[in-house]
Amino acid sequence: MNDVLDVALRLIVVFAVFLVLPLVVGQTEHKVMAHMQGRLGPMYAGGFHGWAQLVADGVKFAQKEDIVPAGADRRIFQLAPAVALLPYLLVLVAVPIGPGEGAVGQVIDAGLFFVLAVMGVGVLGSLMAGWASANKFSLLGGLRTAAQLLAYELPMLLAAASVAMAAGTVSLPGIVDAFQWWWLPWQITGALVFFTAGLAELQRPPFDMPVADSEIIFGAYTEYTGLRFALFLLAEYAGIVVLCALTTVLFLGGWHGPIAEGWIWTLLKTAVLAFVVIWLRVSYPRLREDQLQKLAWTMLIPLALAQIALTGIVKVAIS
Amino acid sequence: MTDLIPAATTLAAAATGHGFLSPTGVEIAFVLVGLATLGAAFVTVTTKQLVHAALWLVVALGGIAVEYLLLTAEFIAWVQVLIYLGSVVVLLLFGLMLTKAPIGRSPDADSNNRWVALGVALVAAASLVWVVVDAFRTTWIDLDGPAQGSTKVSGEILFQHWVLPFEALSVLLLAALIGAIVLSRKDTAAGGTDDDTNTKGQQR
Repeated sequence: MNDVLDVALRLIVVFAVFLVLPLVVGQTEHKVMAHMQGRLGPMYAGGFHGWAQLVADGVKFAQKEDIVPAGADRRIFQLAPAVALLPYLLVLVAVPIGPGEGAVGQVIDAGLFFVLAVMGVGVLGSLMAGWASANKFSLLGGLRTAAQLLAYELPMLLAAASVAMAAGTVSLPGIVDAFQWWWLPWQITGALVFFTAGLAELQRPPFDMPVADSEIIFGAYTEYTGLRFALFLLAEYAGIVVLCALTTVLFLGGWHGPIAEGWIWTLLKTAVLAFVVIWLRVSYPRLREDQLQKLAWTMLIPLALAQIALTGIVKVAIS
Repeated sequence: MTDLIPAATTLAAAATGHGFLSPTGVEIAFVLVGLATLGAAFVTVTTKQLVHAALWLVVALGGIAVEYLLLTAEFIAWVQVLIYLGSVVVLLLFGLMLTKAPIGRSPDADSNNRWVALGVALVAAASLVWVVVDAFRTTWIDLDGPAQGSTKVSGEILFQHWVLPFEALSVLLLAALIGAIVLSRKDTAAGGTDDDTNTKGQQR
């Protein structure tokens, strides 16, 4: 009975984090983008600096009529948001935020593989949405999504493999346990490749070609309204949280810090990375489709391979 | 791919039919997931809607991943999700969308090879089942003991006892990779132009 209670409690906490952190990132994006562009952003909802804007947005989305286009494949159209969102919830279960068994939803032996595998499944949601909408723009968006995923999955995996080699384990808590400060310069290339490829998988600017509004309206999500559209947005922000937390855990030493180890460091590093994600959105123009593919195949993959070679050499040298 | 699925279910049947009159919860779950997987695989090959077939394939492959998990082969399960669900199916959907993926039925999707395909599938399934049953006749996985399919165990077995097949496989994959590059570059070299659109125009 105690075990059941323990598992239930952990899942509830993970679920709460899953619901709260993406909203915090979303609200931060409103404000950070606004200030970077010399304006204030939402100021009225909730009183203090418009803190309740996202809640208000959520209420608006919930009120909207749920429309399925006449020519669409109904069931797949309706299922797609769930397929896009659920993987991120599952991934969050395996991400450790502090030392010890108590600070992770569920310890998974091959945690690294688990998170990368499950994150890859989320893209199926975008593909389903793009196809089932019966809209040329959506289909183009879906195609671009798939092409982008296929290109960026490989460098992401290779960069993650480099860390696994360095730590000698694929368990996420194990990797953070093995972390030393000098891993940071050692694995910096891998970290940059992982983060960039992760951004591309989330279709965040400057890698947002699949949803390029000036060309294909909103890509795979063009036909969505109301709650289902909100779920896709939530998936994007949950994806930011997951990507930043994973980069923290894999490359930045998770809960290790200059003074006093603890979960606060994980959250802090994740927050800084989330800020960088927002920062990149306002500072870089969108990459063209061919530039996007070129970056992955001719830059990131060779860099990731070089990082693996370097990891191997250093690993053999110090052992 | 569909060949593997009947094999997985019969393995389940063999496991439960191994003499225990009161199957454990895991064994029941194994059989149920196996049946669901078999059902999904059946729909995959019988549905008239192309993209639905690909999506049912997702269910079938995911079912196999769950079966691996139930057999405590955690690492293999996640690799299954990563490679098949995350990459192969995405590639498949990409190909479908790029060529022909109408919403609704596509009556021309059926070929006349249906019965030949059925025969090949049955023969392949039978031989796989025979191999699996013959190889693991008396083996029993102790689910309560230490995990036998953990990453560490899989890695040690793979890189100590099975290094040669592993390396042979990687050479095979490398050959396939180089072959793909050669095939995709052929037109450009023959046409004497690097312009992508130009070569595509020539093909048409």
